[in-house]
Amino acid sequence: MSDQAIALNRFGLGVRPDEAPPAAPKAWLLDQLDRYEARPAAWAAQPTSRALALGFVEGRADRQRKEADAATKIAARRKLRMQARETYVSAVNARADSALTTPAPIVERLVHFWSNHFAISADKLVAMPFAGSFEAEAIRPNVLGRFSDMLIAVEQHPAMQLFLDQVASIGPNSRLASMAAGRNPNRKFGLNENLAREIMELHTLGVRSGYSQADVTQLAQAMTGWSISGLGSGPVARVAAIDVDSAEADPGAFVFRPALHEPGPRQIIGVVYDQPGEGQARAVLLDLATSPATARHVATKLARHFVADEPPPALVTRLAAAFLKTGGDLPTLYRTLIDAPEAWAAPGTKFKTPWDWLISSLRGLGRRDVAGLQVLPMTNQLGQPVWRPGSPAGWDDVAASWAAPDALVRRVEMAQRLANSVGDRIDARTLGPRLLPAVLTSATLGAISRADSASTGLALLLVSPEFQRR
Amino acid sequence: MPLPRRQLLSLFAAGAGAMFVAPEIVFARAATDRRFVFIIQRGAADGLDTVIPYADPAYAGLRGALAIDPADATRLDGMFALHPALVETAKLYQGGQMLCVHAVASPYRERSHFDAQNVLETGGTAPYALRDGWLNRLVSLLPRGEDNAIAFAPTVPMALRGPAEVSSYAPSALPQATDDLLLRVGQLYQADRQLHALWSAAMETRGLASDKGDSRQDAAGLGRTAGSFLARPDGARIAMIETGGWDTHSGQNGRLAYGLKQLDILIASLRDGLGPVWDQTTVLVATEFGRTAAVNGTGGTDHGTGSAAMLLGGRVNGGRVVADWPGLAPGALYDGRDLRPTMNINALVAGVAAQTFALDPGKVAATLFSSEHVLRPIEGLLWI
Repeated sequence: MSDQAIALNRFGLGVRPDEAPPAAPKAWLLDQLDRYEARPAAWAAQPTSRALALGFVEGRADRQRKEADAATKIAARRKLRMQARETYVSAVNARADSALTTPAPIVERLVHFWSNHFAISADKLVAMPFAGSFEAEAIRPNVLGRFSDMLIAVEQHPAMQLFLDQVASIGPNSRLASMAAGRNPNRKFGLNENLAREIMELHTLGVRSGYSQADVTQLAQAMTGWSISGLGSGPVARVAAIDVDSAEADPGAFVFRPALHEPGPRQIIGVVYDQPGEGQARAVLLDLATSPATARHVATKLARHFVADEPPPALVTRLAAAFLKTGGDLPTLYRTLIDAPEAWAAPGTKFKTPWDWLISSLRGLGRRDVAGLQVLPMTNQLGQPVWRPGSPAGWDDVAASWAAPDALVRRVEMAQRLANSVGDRIDARTLGPRLLPAVLTSATLGAISRADSASTGLALLLVSPEFQRR
Repeated sequence: MPLPRRQLLSLFAAGAGAMFVAPEIVFARAATDRRFVFIIQRGAADGLDTVIPYADPAYAGLRGALAIDPADATRLDGMFALHPALVETAKLYQGGQMLCVHAVASPYRERSHFDAQNVLETGGTAPYALRDGWLNRLVSLLPRGEDNAIAFAPTVPMALRGPAEVSSYAPSALPQATDDLLLRVGQLYQADRQLHALWSAAMETRGLASDKGDSRQDAAGLGRTAGSFLARPDGARIAMIETGGWDTHSGQNGRLAYGLKQLDILIASLRDGLGPVWDQTTVLVATEFGRTAAVNGTGGTDHGTGSAAMLLGGRVNGGRVVADWPGLAPGALYDGRDLRPTMNINALVAGVAAQTFALDPGKVAATLFSSEHVLRPIEGLLWI
């Protein structure tokens, strides 16, 4: 009986009262793999990384003109920051709009999952304007493809490169370093290990899974040269003037800068990589993407997200096996998950994150868009500002992170606000059973019916124990 | 001429920050110099402890610890007294500008808040039978003015919904969760181990365990704002204010006293905000049904039937209690538990509306309450 609730609320994003409940829940989910739109209307209107980068390049040119005085420069910088914030805010609304009306809720949920797995954080100012385009360009088109394709797209996206300081990572023996050392021997140009570390620790193998610090350094060296056109500063910008291979005419695009690349073979977890140029790091990433450790890491996170904070070991093993067998084919992984009896055993095993709760509330209230709402501040009030987890590890996916005293009160306040704006146009007594089929308890329904006003009843529904979980 | 929106914005941002137990104001406009304000008490406000029938022999026994001592209350006449928290309201009574109505109810006889409020606001005889409210129908009866009505609330309440235009404007401040809602959530989480523990911790921090009064509320600011807006020559003529927190199933002594105190502040500041226009204004305070005559096991009362209403304003023929009092003897109680209603609230509303705007009472009754076959609007409520 609760299969519908599980399909709609745990795998999906929450019941929409204007959509008929599926007669065959599993088939309904599988069907969504074919209905998914990588670029729905809500996202199509958002600026691409290229467009954003072009804007910055032009803005930077304005700032750097010799005639510009200090006041103009300050004003130009402020304008740039405001634009970055506006882009970010607008992209968050687009993400919410997409979540409200998607024809494929499970795939949309998977987009959010992967976006969090490959997390960037907008509190790093340079990454902020690209937070939305990251999800739109690196995640959305690859969610039904191969893990390795998503991985490469992520590591080559300006958001990730800027967030983890890859753009200006310079090999100690690269051409640029040698030239610069010639001019100024005291000036050291830096290798940046940030991205390489997070690739191993967070994106692929997982922490303590058999790689060493030496492996991280080797990967970092292999990745030198992986950069973004038009957005480097300082020495990298100077390189652009020298390096005839780079394509500075396409700001925001991934570019390989040979002058930054550390020459020579690299050895990573016992394997020697002697490919030249861009292909070297690419080969490493492809191996990482199909490693058993990665399979296990991804399987664990997926099972945790969809089934329980303590993922059932048998399910993790099955998922990892499916991952390895297919070389990381994501739809196979998803089908294994949908088929898993562990996922259908009981409803309400996962405490909703603030994003989960907010989106399911808006869907439950029948909203088709977020007009009149500012989603970013709302997620901030609830404790989960979109694309701003503060660390590349992303948001935690366990109840302990979200089920906290003050967090509950925030949800109650927001529920009251959402309910007040609906007033008595929705009757929570009839909405409750629709949103929580076979899950709504008579105790909660009773409390709703006894509420002193229609909007109180609605607020109670949204904060009820049954609605706080999926 | 419609009030420029910018003026409205600055008007509202100045005054009503938080709201007392989440009241909201809704306005509509028409060309007349009379004003009408409907203050709804959502949650079944207890009429018996508001307008106290102290001289009824059964009152004290029924109410036990909840019974108000007449020595503490304001004596209205030989039978009734006013709850001590209604200080300014009592002064209005003594000045002849307030009258109480008792043992009054809508035609609804069940006990669901949602359904009863719908009946109260639509003027229908059954829940959800009508899709618009009597206050909106009243707007349409008035001389055609600028039909540019504005609701100071996120949503237009049922009583003001209908063909006559009422636009809405949401207040700038985010309301914090009302105490009533926090209490209900606590009850909802009782059976859930995880949420119950978290919620108890949260409430301890907020000090709800103690009886600390809440100073977030700003009934005074709200009343003044509403009054000053109604007072403008080109301003609204009809307003609705929503109040809540009246559903006192437990702890009624403290909670009702608090609610009535806020109501008293709201009324007084509304009068102050109206200034001389108070003489042209009628305020109706009413609720969807009353509460049980006897106290329950948790220091409160449960859903009942008959309750009290109040009329206030410069023209009110006040200083009296209008009631066909049925008494609280066991045989007199409705269903053996509630104050029996002896007046239809629709008759009260039709009378008030007709007299406020100098309209034909029969026409008002027929327009506002078309589902009622025989409705005799109460007369003599206002000095014409």
